[in-house]
Amino acid sequence: MASRPPLFPQRRYRKEINRSHSPVLANVMPWLSIMLASVVPQWLSIFSAPVLPPFGYLMLVAWRQVRPGVLPVWAGLPLGLFDDLYSGLPLGSGILLWSLTLIAMELLEATYPWRGVLVDWLVGSVLATGYILLTCLIGGHGAPAIAVTPVLFQILASILLFPLVGRFAAWCDRLRLIRFRSIR
Amino acid sequence: MAPPSNRRTGFSKRAQYTNFFGYIAAIAGALLGGALLIVSFVDPNAFSGLRGLASDGARPMATATATVRSESSGFFDTIGGYFTRGSRVARLEREAEINRVRLAEAAALANENRRLKALMHMPVEGVVPVAKAQLIASTGSSLRRFATLSAGSSAGVATGMPVRSPLGLVGRVLEVSRGTSRVLLITDSESVVPVRRSTDGIVATARGVGDGTMQLELVSLGINPLKPGDIFVTSGSGGLYRPGIAVAVVMAVTRDGATARVLSDPASSEFVVVEPVYIAALGMPDASVSAAPPPAPAKK
Repeated sequence: MASRPPLFPQRRYRKEINRSHSPVLANVMPWLSIMLASVVPQWLSIFSAPVLPPFGYLMLVAWRQVRPGVLPVWAGLPLGLFDDLYSGLPLGSGILLWSLTLIAMELLEATYPWRGVLVDWLVGSVLATGYILLTCLIGGHGAPAIAVTPVLFQILASILLFPLVGRFAAWCDRLRLIRFRSIR
Repeated sequence: MAPPSNRRTGFSKRAQYTNFFGYIAAIAGALLGGALLIVSFVDPNAFSGLRGLASDGARPMATATATVRSESSGFFDTIGGYFTRGSRVARLEREAEINRVRLAEAAALANENRRLKALMHMPVEGVVPVAKAQLIASTGSSLRRFATLSAGSSAGVATGMPVRSPLGLVGRVLEVSRGTSRVLLITDSESVVPVRRSTDGIVATARGVGDGTMQLELVSLGINPLKPGDIFVTSGSGGLYRPGIAVAVVMAVTRDGATARVLSDPASSEFVVVEPVYIAALGMPDASVSAAPPPAPAKK
């Protein structure tokens, strides 16, 4: 298989004389973008059915795939806690599911190291579907009837939007490594 | 594509320990999440203070977004209005004529009601709203249907108060923090509203399903008398919601009830009114608040 050309010219993102990265931006960007992705969609409308894909979770998976080293394995604890505060699910579900996701992705990467666009999409789709079904199990605890159609729509939308979320994470990653003029 | 090389720690003890403790922390995090989840199931209000703090923190940005949202939807409505203006004006004028007559009749009826109630020495139902506020956020991706209201305990909002829009009932307040409060929408699967048919008073309970519709369950079983188009209003039983707030309209009749559509679509009713708990507004003791048992009889 022929080697792919680089996604973008590496030279523009390397540290050079007079040009260096902002350490704050480089460290904060993944966390901030995931937190915003789990909160901002909730402000867009007052939804009467669960039709919105879990953008925070999709963003977490996408960041983990786009730039594997940037989030530590334990990142599910703080990010899941933040999502729990706004998601409406019982507190603890996000911490549990997001932590398990990151551990599972770590194991998957160790045993199955080959990656590609389709493999990433498949992994993301399976994870998102499992996540939505598990949140239904947790959130629908004790409810006599659950509407199935919005959940199916939510799963379908998550699968179809996952590559776009990945592109957005990649864009955030380029923003993360933007260079500023520095004189020292 | 090869795996990233940063997994390999090499001979550096520090890197090895960092990697190892990362895994330990991840597993500990998952266990902590499970424990917190069990606590949340046992006591759903256990972390309401934390959630309130979080929604208070997000309030300025959420309010700004909500303002832009309502402005922009008004903008599109304005553009769309140009195309349908002529026919709509004619229809609205016709309806206004009819409504003017009906309004006069309703005023007469209200007057008569007041007189009859005075005759029977019943308290007058003058419900003064507690606060007017805006719905600024909602849980769009989880199964539970909560909305965040831009008024909290500093505006006098308290747990249990019903929230309504001009079109009908929206929900009731579940958790209160300083500047925001969490509203359980009536479409949530754990919300039950006692209702009656507006025309003849057939009693039912309206239970949310979670997809914007409600399931009406008749209290007295038998022949199902419901028809599509029937409007259900709150019955006032239970003392939480005052009687007569519009709730839902029947879409399809089922074997033991009906499927109904909520009248006040929360997506279009952003500005809402918080009303006091009905039974407290009447001046009666609220059973849900004063849970203290009656004093034990003195022993002789």
